[in-house]
Amino acid sequence: MPAFLFKRFVNAAGVMLAVAFLAFLTFRFVGDPVELMLNEQASQQQRDELRTRLGLDKGFVLQFATFVGNAVRGDFGISYRNQQEVFTLIAERFPATFELVLVATFLSLAVGIPLGVYTAIRRESVLAKALQFISVLGVSLPSFALGILFILVFSVNLQWLPAFGRGEVVQLGWWSTGFLTASGRKALILPGITLSLFQITLVMRLVRAEMLETMRTDFIRFARARGLPARVVNFRHALRNCLMPVITVTGLQIGNLIAFALVTETVFQWPGMGMLFVQAVTFVDIPVMAAYLIVVSFIFVSLNTLVDLTYAWVDPRLREDALSGGANAR
Amino acid sequence: MKKAWLLAAVAAFALNGAVEAKTLKWGASREIASLDPYSYGETFTLAVLNHVYEGLVRYTGDLKIEPALAESWETVTPTTWRFKLRKNVKFHNGNPFTADDVIASLARVTHDTSPLKGNLPAYKSSKKIDDYTVELEVNGPYPLLLNDLTNIFIFDKEWMEANNSLLPTDSGKGVKGYATDNANGTGPFKIESRRVDAKTVFARNPDWWDKPQHNIDVIEFTPITSSSTRVAALLSGEIDYTNVAPLQDLPRLSASPEVKVLQTNELRSVFFAFNLTDKLVESDVKDKNPLKDIKVREALYRAIDIDAVQKRAMRGLSRNTGALVAPAIPGYEPSQDERLPFDLAGAKKLLTEAGYPNGFSFLMNCQSDSLVNEEEFCQAVAAMWSRAGFKPNLSLAPRSQQTPKRVKGEFDVISFGWANEPMIDAYSILVQVLRSKSGTGGVFNWGNWGDPRIDALVDKAGVELDTPKRIALMQEALKIAKAEQLFIPLHQQPMAWAMRSTVASTVQASDNKPRLWLTMMK
Amino acid sequence: MPAEAAKPGRLRRFLDSDIGWSFRRTPAAWLSTLVLSILILTALFCPLIAPQNPHDLAQVFIDKAEIPPIWSADGEWPFLLGTDPQGRDVLSAILYGTRVSLIIGFSAVLVSMVIGVSLGLAAGFYGGRIDNLLMRLGDTVLSIPTLLMAILVSAIFRELLPPGLRDPFAAAVLVVSIALTSWVQYARTVRASTMVERRKEYVLAARIIKVPAGRIMRRHILPNTLTPVMVAATLNLGLAILSEATLSFLGVGMPITQPSLGTLIRIGNQYLFSGSWWLVVFPSLQLGLIVLSVNLLGDWLRDALNPKLR
Repeated sequence: MPAFLFKRFVNAAGVMLAVAFLAFLTFRFVGDPVELMLNEQASQQQRDELRTRLGLDKGFVLQFATFVGNAVRGDFGISYRNQQEVFTLIAERFPATFELVLVATFLSLAVGIPLGVYTAIRRESVLAKALQFISVLGVSLPSFALGILFILVFSVNLQWLPAFGRGEVVQLGWWSTGFLTASGRKALILPGITLSLFQITLVMRLVRAEMLETMRTDFIRFARARGLPARVVNFRHALRNCLMPVITVTGLQIGNLIAFALVTETVFQWPGMGMLFVQAVTFVDIPVMAAYLIVVSFIFVSLNTLVDLTYAWVDPRLREDALSGGANAR
Repeated sequence: MKKAWLLAAVAAFALNGAVEAKTLKWGASREIASLDPYSYGETFTLAVLNHVYEGLVRYTGDLKIEPALAESWETVTPTTWRFKLRKNVKFHNGNPFTADDVIASLARVTHDTSPLKGNLPAYKSSKKIDDYTVELEVNGPYPLLLNDLTNIFIFDKEWMEANNSLLPTDSGKGVKGYATDNANGTGPFKIESRRVDAKTVFARNPDWWDKPQHNIDVIEFTPITSSSTRVAALLSGEIDYTNVAPLQDLPRLSASPEVKVLQTNELRSVFFAFNLTDKLVESDVKDKNPLKDIKVREALYRAIDIDAVQKRAMRGLSRNTGALVAPAIPGYEPSQDERLPFDLAGAKKLLTEAGYPNGFSFLMNCQSDSLVNEEEFCQAVAAMWSRAGFKPNLSLAPRSQQTPKRVKGEFDVISFGWANEPMIDAYSILVQVLRSKSGTGGVFNWGNWGDPRIDALVDKAGVELDTPKRIALMQEALKIAKAEQLFIPLHQQPMAWAMRSTVASTVQASDNKPRLWLTMMK
Repeated sequence: MPAEAAKPGRLRRFLDSDIGWSFRRTPAAWLSTLVLSILILTALFCPLIAPQNPHDLAQVFIDKAEIPPIWSADGEWPFLLGTDPQGRDVLSAILYGTRVSLIIGFSAVLVSMVIGVSLGLAAGFYGGRIDNLLMRLGDTVLSIPTLLMAILVSAIFRELLPPGLRDPFAAAVLVVSIALTSWVQYARTVRASTMVERRKEYVLAARIIKVPAGRIMRRHILPNTLTPVMVAATLNLGLAILSEATLSFLGVGMPITQPSLGTLIRIGNQYLFSGSWWLVVFPSLQLGLIVLSVNLLGDWLRDALNPKLR
């Protein structure tokens, strides 16, 4: 087990280093912040001085080494755009994104699992077929178009829900939450649904596929043959059996949701990490872009590693496999 | 944890208790860069911070200079100005305002790492005469010192000392400055709380030295970058006021009984500028630069149907112009405003005469997030040029991508806007844009345009203290630029604010700066 | 002549096969095939069908700006779906935009399939170090969320091109950035089945008689891995088209001078409240329709080829 753990962590560290390199490489090419930082009346000399102070005139390797060294210590410097510490900026935005992702994940499970079970059990019913079709619609409509539509209908025409932002938030230590106020909860509804639609479809289809597969297995057939009521067979045996993959996928998808939140956040002006990133891109705010990429990838890699480790812990065969280099064929 | 809950409850209670207070919810198009006015020389950030910090002098609602923290001033010698400071002014933390504060602030803003150093180019030194008198030394005779000082805000020296902020924040050092999210000014509002990109709350300063011409207790400032979301928020009452209402949504906004629109023209003049170096950047004409031929420039000018641009791309709201500066800018004269007429046949004829009967291709650089409806008017003009026989290759991208190319001269034609702020004087465009590059002049002369006659006139105007003479020199220089067709002027761009009926009145000046201390709510 | 004779024969054979039978009795499958064919054909031949070439600036007149669709009171012939703020015909812009979106989508899937299949074959066939290296590379790609990765890659590539080539190559940049984020799935699928096939006797036999490795992979292993690859490719086509639209919507995709459907939606979104609803609604509908048809087809294909579900 220690050997496996070690190997897995080395892998994760290697991946992070590669991500850091890619991030760094990108930011060497995306543009020049100096022109945007100085005002219209600054002279050429001032521009050159600023470039020197930011270290933009140093060698490539040196800049990368400095970057990685600082990043490891959680020091991403200060933002070019608003001179805040990048780490604080991201920490401040994290709760907004996290709560949005949490709501979306909750919705995807609460809606996706029942729908998945229903479409699997009543496979041939009209409603199940209709739900299947709607689920394809769910993955086909671009989330930004849906978000725009929601705003048009629910905010502008009906005026039920806010069109932007988080509403009133309450500060609990460094964490800001929108769950504790009415306006905060209201503000979560539209972006939460927008972000979750894709996910609901995914969960529903996964549950359906797993259910169909489980229902074919012998132990379900035996359970049926024993005359157990359909409800017990369906829910106690079949559904329980396919929850593990659902939870795994949901866990892995959190990383993707965090990244995808940037589209939802842009549409709803949600003050989360994604919007921070989009604004950083338009401003060429290199420290923020780099930090965002690394933080999101870190969450992603950590979740992956965690899932792998859990599996290895549950199923010792995978450990052996991993040591011989075959763990990647998931 | 329990304590945090309690605090939250108390905060919620306080909020409910404040129902009577008049709150103005302001939806802006972007976040301010910082609470530190010396961190980022951007007009909008300074305009917002002007609610908290003040300068020695300020512009009135109709852009005249009036005393603010200085009560009066005189020039002792052509290079020495003496300012009498206002007494009984207090900073938000209760400290009195004195000469020491002025000197410390001037030292901070002119420090080498200050991004605003260029806003006070003439500054040499300052000294304290007594607690309420300061003398300012400038490099040479300089007529525009007061104009520059409107944007130099005054800090409290003790507060800066206590918080290790006597020097401006240096982005290169990677350490956040205290003033970046704390503020202590003398202005009509104080900062109550701030969450970057979400909400900044300003509260009325009851001890303000000036007689308030507003009745606002709280301003909630929220950046909403997406223009359609901002309009939705205004229509649904989530915000009371925005200083950037998209032109295409004005009819819909005006149609709503709850919303009114304030609309006028900005000081910013918009024009096209050319690459006048020896070669075009991207063209089928390789050996020379056709744009250096005045006939070609005139053909481009005559090919623009400015009325169509005004009516469609600018929604009928821009002011067509033949001048490079707006009428409110000293240096303008009505004769500059005459345009060459739209004349497609004439344009084609000129192009043939210049030796390009089949036109030629060139790279046209416009930005998608800079001027008002820039995407729209650039596309419209490109279409018009195509019909005259030119082959414009339009590149449209955000400012962050285009600016480096513009600065390096990687363009053949660019759209260009200049507001002459904070100077509000044609000297700004003359020295920064029209003058050939040399020393501090011509920083924005990206396409090697210019004329030695203009340079000489600009240098003369820069040291002329007699206002009528100075203006005559500037007018002369602008006349040369016009005669040579160095640029193609288009319009003064429109600006539009929109507010709900909760806002009774406000002052909208053509510098497009919100002045909420002159705003009444119902 | 022989080709024409073979055509109905093949079609007949397809319709009579298991899959063909499933195809005929699944309305979703043949309906989406029909819709998709119409969309592809109209997009391919848009210069012949569209009333206007929206990219030819000389054909665009700004005094025809923002005309509503033809059935509204202010509608005007020939602008069936109205015009945009530049006076461009919306229908023509959608047809041309669909072509851009489809070309990018198909190319991205093709490129990522070629990359993924070759790397997967190599990794599965040779094993060892090569396998380790390639799969580690795949891990790295997968540890950056695809959307972010695409934004980054497109930013790098755009900046590497000289300024004059950025707009003409914008589509190519998008293809590369989408392909580079989506090849791993193919590589993993192909690698897994290659590892199984490699141990089979016919491959061993071919190796013993010294058939070159490339030939073994191409002629013997590849055909056996194609079914899952084709299913993945169909489903990924929908994703690729959506990715392109999302990037263009965020403003890092196709430029306004050669708009894709995503670009049209981004521009239309700015006019949401000015009453020009047709600018955002029609491109969104078109995009939804394309992706929906592709996904329905992909779903059917997956189910039809999955023996467990039959």
